[in-house]
Formats: sequence, C-alpha cells, structure tokens
Amino acid sequence: MTNETRKLEAVNDFVVKFANVNGSGSASANELFARSILRMGVPVSPRNIFPSNIQGLPTWYEVRVNETGYQGRRGGVDLMVAMNPQTWDNDLKEIESGGYLFYDSSKPMPKSKFRDDINVLGMPLTEICNATYSDPRQRQLFKNIIYVGALSALLEIDPAEIEKLFSEQFKGKEALLQSNVKALRLGREYSIKHFECPIGLRVQRANNVGNKIFVDGNSAAALGAVYGGASVCAWYPITPSSSLAEAFIGHCQKLRVDPATGKNKFAIIQGEDELASMGIAIGAGWNGARSFTATSGPGVSLMTEFIGLAHFAEIPVVLINVQRGGPSTGMPTRTQQSDVLACAYASHGDTKHVLLFPEDPTECFEFSAQAFDLAERLQTPIFVMTDLDIGMNTRLCEPFHWDDTNAYDRGKVMSYEDLEAGKDFGRYLDVDGDGIPYRTYPGTHPTRGAFFTRGTTKDRYARYSEAGPDYVDNMQRLLRKFETAKTLVPKPLLYPAEKPARFGAIFYGSTSPAMQEALHVLAERGIHVNALRVRGFPFQEEINDFVASHPWVFVIEQNRDAQLKTLLVNEAKLNASRLLSILHYDGTPITARFIVEQISQHAAARTVVPLKRAS
Amino acid sequence: MTYLAKPQLHHPTLAKNAVGYTRRDYEGKISTLCAGCGHDSISAAIVQACWELDIEPHRVAKLSGIGCSSKTPDYFLGNSHGFNSVHGRMPSVLTGANLANRDLLYMGVSGDGDSASIGIGQFVHAIRRGVNMVYIVENNGVYGLTKGQFSATADKGSKSKRGTANMDEPLDLIGMALILGATYVGRSFSGDKQQLVPLIKGAIEHKGAAFLDVISPCVAFNNHPGSTKSYDYVRQHNEAVNRIDFIEGRDEITADYPPGALVHVTQHDGSIVRLRKLSTDYDPTDRIKAMNYLQQRAAAGEVVTGLLYIDPESEDLHHHLNTVDTPLNQLGTRDLCPGSVALERLNARLR
Repeated sequence: MTNETRKLEAVNDFVVKFANVNGSGSASANELFARSILRMGVPVSPRNIFPSNIQGLPTWYEVRVNETGYQGRRGGVDLMVAMNPQTWDNDLKEIESGGYLFYDSSKPMPKSKFRDDINVLGMPLTEICNATYSDPRQRQLFKNIIYVGALSALLEIDPAEIEKLFSEQFKGKEALLQSNVKALRLGREYSIKHFECPIGLRVQRANNVGNKIFVDGNSAAALGAVYGGASVCAWYPITPSSSLAEAFIGHCQKLRVDPATGKNKFAIIQGEDELASMGIAIGAGWNGARSFTATSGPGVSLMTEFIGLAHFAEIPVVLINVQRGGPSTGMPTRTQQSDVLACAYASHGDTKHVLLFPEDPTECFEFSAQAFDLAERLQTPIFVMTDLDIGMNTRLCEPFHWDDTNAYDRGKVMSYEDLEAGKDFGRYLDVDGDGIPYRTYPGTHPTRGAFFTRGTTKDRYARYSEAGPDYVDNMQRLLRKFETAKTLVPKPLLYPAEKPARFGAIFYGSTSPAMQEALHVLAERGIHVNALRVRGFPFQEEINDFVASHPWVFVIEQNRDAQLKTLLVNEAKLNASRLLSILHYDGTPITARFIVEQISQHAAARTVVPLKRAS
Repeated sequence: MTYLAKPQLHHPTLAKNAVGYTRRDYEGKISTLCAGCGHDSISAAIVQACWELDIEPHRVAKLSGIGCSSKTPDYFLGNSHGFNSVHGRMPSVLTGANLANRDLLYMGVSGDGDSASIGIGQFVHAIRRGVNMVYIVENNGVYGLTKGQFSATADKGSKSKRGTANMDEPLDLIGMALILGATYVGRSFSGDKQQLVPLIKGAIEHKGAAFLDVISPCVAFNNHPGSTKSYDYVRQHNEAVNRIDFIEGRDEITADYPPGALVHVTQHDGSIVRLRKLSTDYDPTDRIKAMNYLQQRAAAGEVVTGLLYIDPESEDLHHHLNTVDTPLNQLGTRDLCPGSVALERLNARLR
C-alpha cells in the first residue's frame, strides 16, 4: 500500500491461490488459468481444496507455477485471488510478506482488513459485471473469466494461449466463444489501464512441459482399468472416488462399444452400497470376468467382510482405494494415506493383501491395468492405493504407454481340454509349489471341474472339512502364495543421493513430488539422503537391504500413526529404532518445506559434534 | 446319516432325459440338515425341475448366503459350480456372476434370515435390477443354525418353541417382490411338490427376476403348535390360487381341464405357462390386482400359494445394460484393450 512495501519478484516460480465460493463456477475458470501457463511451456500443479458441499461453502484452488517441474504443494501463497469474503481474514494471513492480493473492490473495505506488508490490487469486478451483463448467471460466470483476463495481464500470460483454449473448448459454439473472449479482454484491459503490469511475478515462455500430459489420477486409473481388461465395475458414490467410476463409464462409452452391434463390452452397476458393489465385483471375478470397484476408506470398512471372503475363496478382484481423511463428512474431502493398515489386513481371520502405491496419474494408469493381471495370477484381491491428492487433481506427468504385444495374464485356469484330458483338479491344490492353485470357470465341463466355493472350511479338493490339519494346510499355502506375490508386485525405486549419505528415506504414493523436491533442497543444504520409494506390498528384500545400509531411515507418511512404518516393522522385520517417522496428516497435501524442515531437525540432532577438538 | 457315503453307481434302468442325464446326475452331496427339514424337499424339487427341463447340470451356477438354506446348494446339482458366500449377500454375488456370463442359469438360494434381515437391501436391489435368476427363499421364520431365534418373516403373534410370542410385524417378501418389479413371483410350500416343481420350472425358463417364497418348516425349532410356519399350520391355511404346468413352446399340451379354468401365458421366448385356475377371480398377469388380492387374503389368515404374478414381456439386466451377446468372461485382450494407437490419441487430448 505504501511505497515501502516490498514486492516479491519471481519468474516461473510462484504460488497463486484462488479463494472462491463453492458452486460459483470458478473451477473451470481457474483450470483455464492453470492450463494457459502450461501452454506457455511452464509446469504447473493445481490443487483443489474443497468442502463437503455443493454450494455456498468456501473452496480454494491453489496453482503452483514451477519451471523446474516441482509438483508438490509448496506451502505459502504469493498471489491470493480473494473472491470469498467469508474466508478473507484467513486468506490474507496466508500471503507471503511482499506478496500480492487481488480482490473485488466493488464494496469498500476498511483499512484494518488489509496488511501493510502486501501489495493490494483491487478491481471492481461486481460493478463491471453488473454494468456489462443483465443476466445474473452471466454476471457470476463471466466474473470468473474477467479475473482470469486481469491476471493474464498482471502475470504476463499470453492471452493468445487462453483464446486458443477457448476455441478448443467451445468448438462449434461461436456465440459462447465470442462472449468468453470478450470477458477475457475486458479483464485484461482493466488491468493494463489501472495497474502496473506485470507485477513482480510473471510467466515467461519455457520448454519444460514437453510431451507430458495433464490429467487427474482418477481418470487415469479408470483408463488403466479399461486397458487392463476390466469388463465389470460395481461402485457406490463416495468422495473422492466417484469421479473414477464416472470416468470409467465415460472411457467405456468411447472405447468399448462394439461398432458392429452398438452393444457394450462392459457392465457397470452403481450398487446400493459398498457391500453390494464388492459382492458384484467378487461374483464377476469368480465367474471369470475382470472386475473392480473404486471406493474410499468408509467403503473399504463396509467391504471388509467380503474382502476376507475373496481372500480365502481366492477370487480375483481389484479395489481402487482413493484415500481420504477419517470418518464422517468434512475431512473426507481432504487427502491422507491413512488406510494402509486397514487395507493390508482387511477382514477377519488371518488375512494379508497385496497393495500397490502409485505416485501419480501415470502410475495410476499402469498399476490399475497391472492390478488385473496380478489379481488373476494370484487369485486374490489387489488394492490400488491412491489418494485424493493424486485422484482429484490434474497433474503434469509422463504420457500413458501401452505395449500392444502384451496379452492379459489370465492366471491358472483349467480349460475344458485340461479336464477332458483327465488332469487332476483340486481347487486348493498347490501343483506348482508357488501356492497358487488352479481354478475353473463355472460351466466349463459337464462332469469335471465343478466345485463348491466356501471361505475356509475345505480341503485341497474343495470338499467340506472342518478338520484342523486341512485348515492349517490351506493357511500355509496362502502364505506361500503371498511369498510369490513378492516377486510380482512392483519393486521399490531407489533415488540415490549424489554424495555419500548417512540418512535414508522411505516414502510412497502422493508424497513423491514433495519428496523429490525436498531431496534437492536438502542436498543444496548439504544434507544428503538416499531415498527409496515403496511401490507395493508384500515388501521385497530391497527394502531390508536399504534400511540395513543406513544408520537412520526416515519414513515419510501422510497419516498420524506411521502406518507404513508399522507394516515395515511387522512384515519386513525391520528394526523400529532405526526408523524415524515424519508424519503429515492435517488433510492438506504434504509439502517439500515440511519434509525439509523435519529432516533438517533430525539431522541436526544426530550430528555428532566432538566436545573437544584435538589440538 | 451323513456319515454314509452316497453310492456312486447308478441303476442301469434309470430313465435319462433328452440331454442324456439321469435324475441322479442332478443330485449333490448327502444333506447334513435335520431329518424332515423342508429345505431338503426344496432341493429335491430343484433336482426334479432341472432334470425334467433337460438342463445340463454344469450350465447352472448355484449361489447362496449363510444359514441352513444356504448350505443346501451343496446337496443338489453336484456337477454345478456353487458359491456359499457371506450372510445376506447372495444377491450381489449372483448379480456379478450373471454379469460375467449371461449364458448360465443362476440359482440363488437364501433363507428368511439371509434375505429378510441382514440381506434385505440386497434382496431389494437385485429384484429391482431385474437380474435374470431364480431366487428362492426357503422361509421357515426362524434362525436354525443359531438355534431358534425369530426371523423377520415370523408372523406377529406366532410363538417360539419356548413359548415367547413375536410382537414385530412380519416382512412380506412376496409383497415386496411385487412392489420391486419382480417379473415372476410365486409362493409355495416345501410339502407340496406337485405345486413347487412346476413353479421352479417356470422360474427357470423365465427371463428376468423370478422370486419364489417357499415356506419350509424347521422341524427343530419352528414346527410346534403356535407357530405359523409349521407343517400343520401351513397345510391348514394353504390357499392355492392356481396350479401351473410349465410347458415349453415345442410341445404344448392341449387343455384337459374345463374351459375357462385354464390360462395360457406366452412368454417372450415363445414358451408357454399353462395355469389351472383354482380361484376363478385371480389374474396372475395383473400386478396391482395381485397385490390387493394377496393383502386381502393375508388379512383373512390365508397363506396364498401358486404363481402369483408373471410378466410375459419381461426383460433382464443385460437388456437394460445393452451388453454384448458374448459372455463378458469370454472376451479377450483384443476385445477389451483399445491398444496403443487409441492411447496415443488420448495422450494428445491431454496436452
């Protein structure tokens, strides 16, 4: 406000946060803003922070612009676009000193509502809209486009890129295209006339986007399910996984309709609840179709009895868990990695399940497709453990890849010919020593291969048995099968430090982008850390070797109880005293700043300073 | 008697059906239920119906939940795949199985605890969706395996073996099935095989959600005076509205009953259900009238049995979902995977 106010200066490295009212149509305008920067070759990572609400409650959209390509949440805000009076006070507090505030100045605000150490850009958006448009809906929607126009001038975003995005979006809808372009220019012209453009923050053309794609994890995982051959999907609406099932519907309608007959090579059921959804997926898996469900924590809780049945009855099925915060409503629209243990040990009885941890949409696609091969190979439920941060935010990532020479691995299935040839069929017989038995699809052979599917009460030939030795025999085989799973789930990836490192760090899933950035920042500060990204459970030997080669290993997680660490100690028999937990669980995505600060503190505490120097 | 193994040898003179199987080929393991259990009669009726309809045993999938009734699929159709799933969840597992392979016959066996209590939601929604299945509830009004607690179909005022009266209103599964849009609805009694076998045959041939409520007395816990699900009570109060002779399209039998007493219902696939009316004012193709009639007779204390409703124009879930004719479980990589060229196009759209 005064001439002395410092002005943050940054090119292609800043954070813009939009504070909006839910249901005001801001989401598409904000995404337009993010995409226009991407089109200038500068990586962005937007994040939705939204309430459990349809209309009226506050919602935020945070865009990190970073030429290097760091995609984790940074923390702090350089430019706040404050469009929601409800959250004004808190929004203002988040702005970095020397940062910028853009707001609707139609109604005068008392001076006490501002801060001295930030730069204020007031634009009478409501006034302009009221003067320009008569329809209240237009006034609201175009207000969003007008502020995008204003920002494009303030940040030096090429308006031609935005207009190009409009022309792609409104192809064939000339009137809509023109009115959007008009609103955009209205905003730009106001900025150019009233403000000093650009402000200290600006976007400069770069070439760091390459052939990367911009996609959210849910639609990527849904596409993975299409490519992985899923033909049956049963689901129940639950944030943040609903958009995954809806994306599956959309992909199937485009990619899986038989052109000759117009009929569908898929069946999708919106179940009456998660129990039925899992039951339908299991019934389909039992009968030889590739099937899955998508859900979140509460859904997993409801499906748990069924998951146990599928484990013991050895039925292939895929469960994509888009993790969120704890029970009830509210926190569930925030992100966490808090279902690790609930999924690893889901159900009654002695159960252990295969988990996959994708880091981004690209891996959501890959792991989701791979999960169907694993499910049929291992004849067991496979969990794809994504979360809200990956699932519901668009992320810049490597393009999807598919090798056409891949045929699906349908696992060990006895055919009519096998049975006719007199092959011995025991549904729970370990023929190959890998713990995986052979199965038959219903209807295969008139007199051979039929069996009665149950949970645990059975012998190797699926005959009813309550005998202890039969039970133990089966449980031991299931353990052998879990050992086989180790050889099939994705191995952990090592990110070695450039210099010899005393510390190791284990991380997984959506922590990845913040971790990559943290590793660079730490290295610049002289703290060298070898990092290992866990991508699947059961854990492989590589994890033990990694921990054995470091005196201390950080385990970075987005939950309170250090769930992956617990699983590592319990299942990989790691020494808990060497594992130092770094835990972030307030519902916001973990940041590099947080990791750096935590690891720096630990490192300082563990630096040995000799009491006396030898002279 | 369950310790005795069932003899494997069949008598050479046993009659074979059109697909070459004897009645014995449709049997399963020896039942472990109590001697005299109504459920065993229902299993025998299923065996009879499948044999008479010339259904190859392996083309049937038997699914059940948990409970005495849900154990029975092990005791019939030994050459069929069976799935004893979790309590109250047979309908969803059956739905999924049906989606995976539309060519098999799906036989869902459940009980009143399994379907009317813990699984009421799944019962409701599987019927609503029109899953092509035969859904049989073996209804005895009690929990047998857990030793005699009332179930949700126990009539108000009926007494437990220990003399306690049930004061909760009963759930009427037939009434619900009609409201929910089941396209074939029947009630029968395990002690009346003449009525039950044709009802099952009609259900098997029906395309869509076929629901049968079969009152099946529990000899151990619900066959005493004061029970409304005992053999004696049901025999005394059974009011059959019709007798059906299921007839396939190819060998229609001419009427041998007085004119006016016979109804022919021609179904979508050309098959004909012939009904011999016992109650002249009952029309099983009128859903609304059927619901009214059943409510009136129930209020009068009658247990109405017979084919209570049939929709000859029924369609099933696969029709609603517009799925391909080939069973989904037979589609391979080429059918299901759009391939790398399509993926490149998708990548391009995401830039």
